[in-house]
Amino acid sequence: MKDGLEREPMKAGAVAGRIVVVGNGMAGSRLVTAIRDRDRDVPLTVFGAEAEQPYNRVLLSNVLAGVAEPGSIGLVDPAWYEANGVDARLGVEVVAIDRERKIVRAADGSETPYGTLVLATGSTAFVPPVPGTRDGKDGGLPDGAIAFRTMDDCRAIVAAAEGARTAVVVGGGLLGIEAARGLVGRGLDVTVVHMAGHLMERQLDPGAGRVLARTLRRLGIDADLDATVTALEVADGRVRGVRLAEGTREADVVVMACGVRPDVALARDAGLTVERGVVVDATLTSVNDPDVRALGECSQHDGTVYGLVAPAWEQAEILADLLTGADPDARFTGARQITRLKATGVDLVSMGETHHGDDDPEVEVVRFTDAGRGTYKKVAIRDDRVVGAILLGETGTAGTLTMLYDRAAPLPSDRLGLLFPGVGAATEADSPVRMPDAATVCQCNNVSKGRIRACWEDGARTVEEVCARTRASTGCGGCRDTVEGIVGWLADQDAVPTG
Amino acid sequence: MTATPTHCPYCALQCGMTLTPGDGPPAVAPREDVPANRGGLCQKGWTAADLLTVPDRLTAPLMRPRRDAPLEPCTWDEALDRIAAEAAALRAAHGPDAVAVFGGGGLTNEKAYQLGKFARIGLGTSQIDYNGRFCMSSAAAASLRAFGMDRGLPGPITDLGRSDAVLLVGGNPAETMPPFMRHLSDMRDRGGALIVVDPRRTATARVADLHLRPLPGTDLALANGLLHLAIAEGLVDEAYIASRTSGFEAVRMAVNGYWPGRVERITGVPEPHLREAVRLLAGGERAHILTGRGGEQHANGVDTVSAFVNLALALGLPGREGSGYGCITGQGNGQGGREHGQKADQLPGYRRIDDPGARAHVAAVWGVDPAVLPGPGRSAYELLDALGTPDGPKALLLFGSNPVVSAPRAAAVADRLDALDLLVVADFVPSETARRADVVLPTTQWAEESGTMTNLEGRVLRRRRAVAAPDGVRTDLEIISALAGRLAAPGKWSTDPAEVFEELRAASAGGPADYAGITYGRIEREGGVFWPCPSEDHPGTPRPYLDRFPTPDGRARFVPVEHRGPAEDVDAAYPVYLTTGRVLAQYQSGAQTRRVAALAEAAPAPFVELHPDLAERLGIADGADVRLSSRRGSATVRARLTGDIRDDTVFVPFHWAGEGSANLLTNPALDPVSRMPEFKVCAVRLEPAGPAGEDAS
Repeated sequence: MKDGLEREPMKAGAVAGRIVVVGNGMAGSRLVTAIRDRDRDVPLTVFGAEAEQPYNRVLLSNVLAGVAEPGSIGLVDPAWYEANGVDARLGVEVVAIDRERKIVRAADGSETPYGTLVLATGSTAFVPPVPGTRDGKDGGLPDGAIAFRTMDDCRAIVAAAEGARTAVVVGGGLLGIEAARGLVGRGLDVTVVHMAGHLMERQLDPGAGRVLARTLRRLGIDADLDATVTALEVADGRVRGVRLAEGTREADVVVMACGVRPDVALARDAGLTVERGVVVDATLTSVNDPDVRALGECSQHDGTVYGLVAPAWEQAEILADLLTGADPDARFTGARQITRLKATGVDLVSMGETHHGDDDPEVEVVRFTDAGRGTYKKVAIRDDRVVGAILLGETGTAGTLTMLYDRAAPLPSDRLGLLFPGVGAATEADSPVRMPDAATVCQCNNVSKGRIRACWEDGARTVEEVCARTRASTGCGGCRDTVEGIVGWLADQDAVPTG
Repeated sequence: MTATPTHCPYCALQCGMTLTPGDGPPAVAPREDVPANRGGLCQKGWTAADLLTVPDRLTAPLMRPRRDAPLEPCTWDEALDRIAAEAAALRAAHGPDAVAVFGGGGLTNEKAYQLGKFARIGLGTSQIDYNGRFCMSSAAAASLRAFGMDRGLPGPITDLGRSDAVLLVGGNPAETMPPFMRHLSDMRDRGGALIVVDPRRTATARVADLHLRPLPGTDLALANGLLHLAIAEGLVDEAYIASRTSGFEAVRMAVNGYWPGRVERITGVPEPHLREAVRLLAGGERAHILTGRGGEQHANGVDTVSAFVNLALALGLPGREGSGYGCITGQGNGQGGREHGQKADQLPGYRRIDDPGARAHVAAVWGVDPAVLPGPGRSAYELLDALGTPDGPKALLLFGSNPVVSAPRAAAVADRLDALDLLVVADFVPSETARRADVVLPTTQWAEESGTMTNLEGRVLRRRRAVAAPDGVRTDLEIISALAGRLAAPGKWSTDPAEVFEELRAASAGGPADYAGITYGRIEREGGVFWPCPSEDHPGTPRPYLDRFPTPDGRARFVPVEHRGPAEDVDAAYPVYLTTGRVLAQYQSGAQTRRVAALAEAAPAPFVELHPDLAERLGIADGADVRLSSRRGSATVRARLTGDIRDDTVFVPFHWAGEGSANLLTNPALDPVSRMPEFKVCAVRLEPAGPAGEDAS
């Protein structure tokens, strides 16, 4: 517990020597600022392969959609580094790690010694090795074909979309759909070509995938499912379309959104244990070198490589706690992943195990579908805990569900409230008839319906008289209508001949 | 009998009321001519006169000869002589900081001023602070760093009624200051929207057009998320940002990290609600963002308020007529009480005590050498926590406060008070703190005295004497004067509030809270005067910032802030969040309202509000006794089951002493800037208490 009164920084567990961070993306930049939040003095160097200031990759879809400017999604002001004594080598790529001498070598020929090395190299877009992907002028992708990953990619897509009429997005995962939404918003005819039988198959079950496809179709995005791109059609160094089993689909722009691969070449060359990512323990330390740490998409913890920002940021906070000694007991114990699609007109949240059907006796599935309106909601429950959920089309309970899922908290008894906001909270109208005498009408002056009735029976016949005698409605004034209703009802009662 | 126009003794709304003496307590009637309440009063106001006849009213000084002896009546001379002698002896033995002073936000401007002056040149101590530190100090600090000035509301309260949208963060005026709701009703009747941010579905949230229910301790992330959306949707006022503010780029960068999905995950507020809130706020001509204690009483309270101020600035609200950011001040004179020198780091006029120019000005008014003025002292909780320790004060003079109930981690505070050589409490009832004192001084109250109060609008009002005080009691000014005389303090120590106010005017002249042009006559003629008011021909300032902000470059400052979360999060041992707050029929520590029969009947005892699902899991029935435990202590209260609260959070009001005191549980983690304790969130465990609980286990 932080007491606030004992705010002396605890340096006991802090690492010795310079901290060198390789990679200045979402994970690396977060780590650097988190370290400086805790320790103003520890020598700190960060290498960033992109010359750009670190930016929020989550917002690239907004840039693509035209709702954010490329220059407006930065995370760290370039001036911040100097002001905070951080040696920032932006646009300088690290080419080798010498673990014997504890130095990193950069493309500019420099050698930088480290006490602790942190790998935050992230991942790179995966381009399937099919014909045409190396037919560009420089031996890479041809003009008009872009792998969607970085700010530069985003700019290239925006530029290519200028004057273009048709686009194919290869890959119907999260990023592919966001790219498709951005392109359709720029006036292009867009088709998503996807290998699996339904969109976002890692996050969605087939039912949700179908509803999503329907929603996208309404927005002008077609989905070509169970379709494998066997080649890019290229002419004169420029992409003309994609080749599929059933023929060629022409396109002026082809966006490759086929997933990412952890960038682990440096680590592998340095002899570190690498599976899909750099293998680290709960302190985010390489399993074969106590002076090397890794976090974010290039790291692998307990068999998992996390591809989302939230776990990377959590790791950054934990690693900063460890490296500065702010909390020597900080540990990464795995993260729950929640995916949210950022595409105008499509509200979608997915978390955890979403593929359960009704056949598993251990798992309770609560589901609602209204495909016509683009709504699909599903919650999977095991041991009274949310283990997975999909909200598509209407996400009003996302806040509740993410909390329950994140914290593995026991579920509310009201299961409907998991799917529909406000259902559990419906209030009864303050009907003067149904209200019991003990019910408080005026909170401000603690006046019950019974007192108003007594006041009536005592001869008060107007709302003004009742209010003057009971002080009802003289506070906030909010119960005036209710008082009027009760007085009116009492008057009606009196008017009824009682025989 | 003539009716005396005055104001309610309780909260910062300072509702206008008249008092007409008769048989028994004077008759209370609401005033129509005061905009704040416009003829309304809540139950506290209607029953305020009952305070004048509470059965255990103190009418003679009390003293205990030894720590273990009971308090017994004594004469004023005996009491004052003892205080002066012991204070002088402690000062001689340990230096001037051996004697500390603790004030309150309910004291009039005159008393607050005189108390600060007495501490600095009567006792020579730096050790003075007040319970306002537990109130709106976080909002004050955030306002100062954004606007260069701290005044509660940005304009007359009636501006709220003309607003198109009000975002109310962590405030529940429907219970804490009910007539305030009239202005929000006006707004809603005109088609404006009320957006309430509160983990609980409070009486205020129930009438809101949109209720955002964040997890306790996540308001900052919510604010940054709203600003993120305002930027993303092109709703910020670029022209205003360019011409009237500085520092926006750094804030834009900071809030880039608060995209809706992340904010939803931190706060639990669904993205559609975030979007709707931004749309409502940016959609109209005029809008207000207001914060209350719910947003402020956190270890990151200043940053939280800054986050909402950033949002207000980005939308172009502050300094625009009929719009702005405001803080809903809590205590009766919470505003004036923070302006005139009872705060550890301040001199009258909201001047900084470490500013040489301010020291020279105030020292000249007081007729002393600036060099004799002490520097800044400890903040409220740090001061209470230091009492009776080797390096801390040995004596405490306490006016208008009841920290045994109102301070965080209250049991530890009681221990510190008991460790003092001398505790002096001035009060009109035997409060829980007074009962621990070595000397108790009986004072006049509210309707028995006159002076000025500055309400939540920043409007200076007249409190008028309507009835005679009982024999045997003295005013705080008389007490201070008598002690100053015994301690041979330099300068004048008038007992006449009007004379003290004249001196306050001179001392505040040229300061941020400039009262130089305010006179009792003007207040009466004009229905109150808004500060700053530098001269008698100045009209006062209902709406500051219209032309410029009182910062060096005239621009408001954006301050980038980051979410940190509660100082103490829930874990396996303490798995539930506790938040604390108020109920309608009680006020602050309850020392006054618990003694009013009608209020005690309306709200007789503390309780814990918990969700039926949580109650079921814990085996707690409605109405059963529940023991709540935190790392700092335990409290036992009645269970009150309601669907109006999150099932991961419980609520306990803090107005009561004894085993049901909420502050036995709270966490004294302090904001690094305002030194505000984290009253609004800590981790607790709940279990059934008593025989029923044993059956259940």
